[in-house]
Amino acid sequence: MKNIVIIGNGVAGITAARHIRKRSDATITVISAETDYFFSRTALMYIYMGHMKFEHTKPYEDWFWEKNNINLMNDYVESVDTDGRRLQLRSGNTMMWDVLLLATGSKPNKFGWPGQDLKGVGGMYSWQDLQNIEQYTKNIRRAVIVGGGLIGIELAEMLLSRNIEVTFLVRESSFWNIVLPPEESAMINRHIREHHIDLRLETELRKILPDAHGRVRAVITGPGEEIECGFVGLTAGVSPNIGFLKSSNIKTDRGILINEFFETNIPGVYAAGDCAQFEKPLPGRRAIEQVWYTGRMHGETVARTICGERTAYRPGPWFNSAKFLDIGYQVYGDIINPLPDHLENLYWEHPDGKHAIRIAWDRETRQLKGINLMGIRFRHDVCDAWLRRSAALKEVVQDLKAALFDPEFYKSYEQEIVNLYNDKFPDNRITSGKKKRLATLINF
Amino acid sequence: MTENDRFPMKNKTLKTSGLIIFLTGFFVFVLSLTLSNYTLTGKIIHRQGNGERLAALTDAAAPMLNVTYASNISFVHDLKEAIDKANRAIIAKYSIDEKVGEKIAEEAAEDGKYIFRSTLIDKVLPTEDEITKYQNQTFRDYAGWLEGKTFDNKEALAEQLVFVIRNINNSLSYKKAFDSYSAKNLLFWLTKDAASGILRDNLRLWIFLSFGLIILGAFLYFYSTYYRGTIAGIKNNGIFMSPATARGWIGIALGVFMISFYIMLYFYPEYLTNWVLLVDPLSYRLNGGPASHWFLYGTLYTMAVAVMGIRMLLKYRHNPYQILRTLSVIFFQTAFAFIIPEILASLHKPAVDLKNIWPLDYDFFYSYNLDELMNSGMLGWFMLFWGIALIIIAVPVFTYFFGKRWYCSWVCGCGGLAETLGDPFRQLSDKSIRAWKIERYLIYSVLVFAVVNTAGVLYTYFTGSYSVLGIGTESIKSAYGFLISSIFAGVVGTGFYPLMGNRVWCRFGCPLAAYLGVVQKFKSRFRITTNGGQCISCGNCSTYCEMGIDVRWYAQRGQNIVRASCVGCGICAAVCPRGVLRLENNDPSDRFNTPHLTGNESFREPVDAPR
Repeated sequence: MKNIVIIGNGVAGITAARHIRKRSDATITVISAETDYFFSRTALMYIYMGHMKFEHTKPYEDWFWEKNNINLMNDYVESVDTDGRRLQLRSGNTMMWDVLLLATGSKPNKFGWPGQDLKGVGGMYSWQDLQNIEQYTKNIRRAVIVGGGLIGIELAEMLLSRNIEVTFLVRESSFWNIVLPPEESAMINRHIREHHIDLRLETELRKILPDAHGRVRAVITGPGEEIECGFVGLTAGVSPNIGFLKSSNIKTDRGILINEFFETNIPGVYAAGDCAQFEKPLPGRRAIEQVWYTGRMHGETVARTICGERTAYRPGPWFNSAKFLDIGYQVYGDIINPLPDHLENLYWEHPDGKHAIRIAWDRETRQLKGINLMGIRFRHDVCDAWLRRSAALKEVVQDLKAALFDPEFYKSYEQEIVNLYNDKFPDNRITSGKKKRLATLINF
Repeated sequence: MTENDRFPMKNKTLKTSGLIIFLTGFFVFVLSLTLSNYTLTGKIIHRQGNGERLAALTDAAAPMLNVTYASNISFVHDLKEAIDKANRAIIAKYSIDEKVGEKIAEEAAEDGKYIFRSTLIDKVLPTEDEITKYQNQTFRDYAGWLEGKTFDNKEALAEQLVFVIRNINNSLSYKKAFDSYSAKNLLFWLTKDAASGILRDNLRLWIFLSFGLIILGAFLYFYSTYYRGTIAGIKNNGIFMSPATARGWIGIALGVFMISFYIMLYFYPEYLTNWVLLVDPLSYRLNGGPASHWFLYGTLYTMAVAVMGIRMLLKYRHNPYQILRTLSVIFFQTAFAFIIPEILASLHKPAVDLKNIWPLDYDFFYSYNLDELMNSGMLGWFMLFWGIALIIIAVPVFTYFFGKRWYCSWVCGCGGLAETLGDPFRQLSDKSIRAWKIERYLIYSVLVFAVVNTAGVLYTYFTGSYSVLGIGTESIKSAYGFLISSIFAGVVGTGFYPLMGNRVWCRFGCPLAAYLGVVQKFKSRFRITTNGGQCISCGNCSTYCEMGIDVRWYAQRGQNIVRASCVGCGICAAVCPRGVLRLENNDPSDRFNTPHLTGNESFREPVDAPR
């Protein structure tokens, strides 16, 4: 029987394990030094905030693994010997494999800031990071967060929940504007400040100062301001967690280099999830995909290849979601900042400044290219279908109702979008019919 | 921005003040149980009516008459003894000596045989006064079956007659004396009436100091916690760190308090008479009469739904579904469960809760209810048909269109309490598969129990027979009343909120929920739709599902949630950080969808979007 070993029990590794089990009776062992059981990394913040306990973040009950004959091993892989097909573990044991899947995820970026390894400084990625945050944020008054991305704003929300004042250093001129268009980014700037977070845009970290006990005392920002704090969160992105492969023959760059089949340069060794780097990225996709959803898709796809059904990675239209404090965010398709020249877009924002819809289309063909949503939920399947068949903008705007996914009784804004569209294309107007009242009622 | 703007301390002060005011009110409320003196007088007994039993009680209670007790407990103790003593006196007065049997047997000799004839009774028990008249008459009734029977010897007849006499004497405890039900009633009303002192003299003041402060404190606390200076959005911070909401000491204390309250209310209301006094003014205003302990319960219940409902409105002010749903349960509790029945009672009409549906309303088909409805003219007949229409039309039709939520989380009183008072505890429900298994066994057993009980009651109603297949319908009825209605629905269902979550009754016990659930599962337009491939398996939905449904299990594999138990509270969709869940009524044909996660076309054909 084939002996399949998976390093990493995050979403990529575990999804692969589950899907391999569905298709094969091979021996499956998942090694992790982080936790005994799979948990949802994206839910770590809620443990700190007291919304959940660790046990609630485990997507499967503990009996699930034994029942499905998936061995879980708590150990740390020190090195990989590809010639001997052997793993050296921290416990002193070795582990042999026939097939090896590397799904080791990421680690928080540290850019060589002075003081970055002090006590009370840490990232927010792993269970251990959370323990560190828990330990060093007890009874502190202020924390500084460095790096304005998705994890940074989550960490800010976490600290706020414990009544810790937060100074948020963001290198860019507006929050996460490498992805969010200016209006959405501005909305989140406002919302961050509404939550009494001290947001410092265009501000970098220069160094972190220790106190007499080697614990963080303050930071000094780019402009030279000293900000006293009891904790520093480093959330300036993550990079593949591949240090343990240095001595191996597995080819790496920033991440573990793979082809579209998740194959590394060594036969029988695969990589998936955050730690993998596509040697030739698919058009419009990044070489390293560090999102929960892509981790899951990598996992289910590589499982096929491992089980003998060699399957290339072919993701559908891009999608992602997040929540910035109280404002939900969804994106479908290619909305990035700045928008490429061949795209045109319309943007509607509610007067309350917390709901927005942006629709982008190809200037020439007037086909839908992307939808960005703030505080509003759309139906993934509908948006996905539109994007796949390059639906005409007019049709999309006309049918917007089909995509609504906000809870019942929420106000919907499709008429506002139609009006914007009509202003933009007065010669190709949409005339919308009246809603059927009874039908609306029966649908609650 | 000043420090003060960032962390408005004033809010914290307000919150603390609210808590202190609430706790003061609560303390006064508990303390008020001890704030009366108790003096039983002949006049007070007299107010309960006339008659032999009350006369016997007046005699038996002679030593405690006009004596003032400082403690409710010793008063109740002595009064209970007096009632027992009165009962013993009445029974002694009317009971027939067993020797009477032997005497009659002796008289029954005819040609060496012994033949019983009822005329013999007059010889041995001549009717001289009321007592002997009763004894004589009862003897005739009870011995009717012996008439003309022949016995070979005297002893054999005597044995039968002694048996008859024992039956007669046993029946005295409910025919002549206070039966256990009326004794319990009497104990309650006499104790309530006998109370005097600072509480009774300043009722309005104490109402303010208890209910007033509780409501005021709660409002201040909720206003400063969930509204003032906060931004609309999910507010679950610290829930699993608080000793109140994570089965800590406050939760356990609260559970013990609520369980004790239910036991007292159902079985020992005579110790809660001071609380009942506090709601007397409201009772007089609503129905023109004094408050019973059930009126107290109704008042507390409605108050809890309203006050904690306002907490819900503040907490979920960004969510119209939650706002409408909460307003709905507050309305139905206040109007339908509380005020309308009281007004009906004051008009001497059947005090019916028109939104209560059998089999949750387990006594709807009990003879006293049917008789009352049928003897109340057009209105009574309307109520009877309304009740039946709810069962056979409203449940299937509304559940088809909206799912069981139309009732369980929008209308029902139990649901109303769970969604308001119980909301802080929703995360404590067990999500394991094991719990789901237990749930299914229990809830459908209770449904069967309820149906059997009702069938038995109706059998008795139409045939007059109290026994089916050797089982007494009355014993099924009393078992159901005690086990299900009192212990399960009340003591466990509500008392265990802080320990097992807020839907213990609805999830494990409610027979109506079982019925609605079967309809919802097999014939409904309702489902919770999961949004393509957007689930991040975080677990908020499952954690905050009060029914213990592992919502995430479905969401993370892209499967619609179609579960019999889902009450459609909508909190899973509200707490989901990625907008993955939506409660929907839609074309029933695609409810049970094939699990599908949108976004990976490596091996999967993308599905076409539903319309």
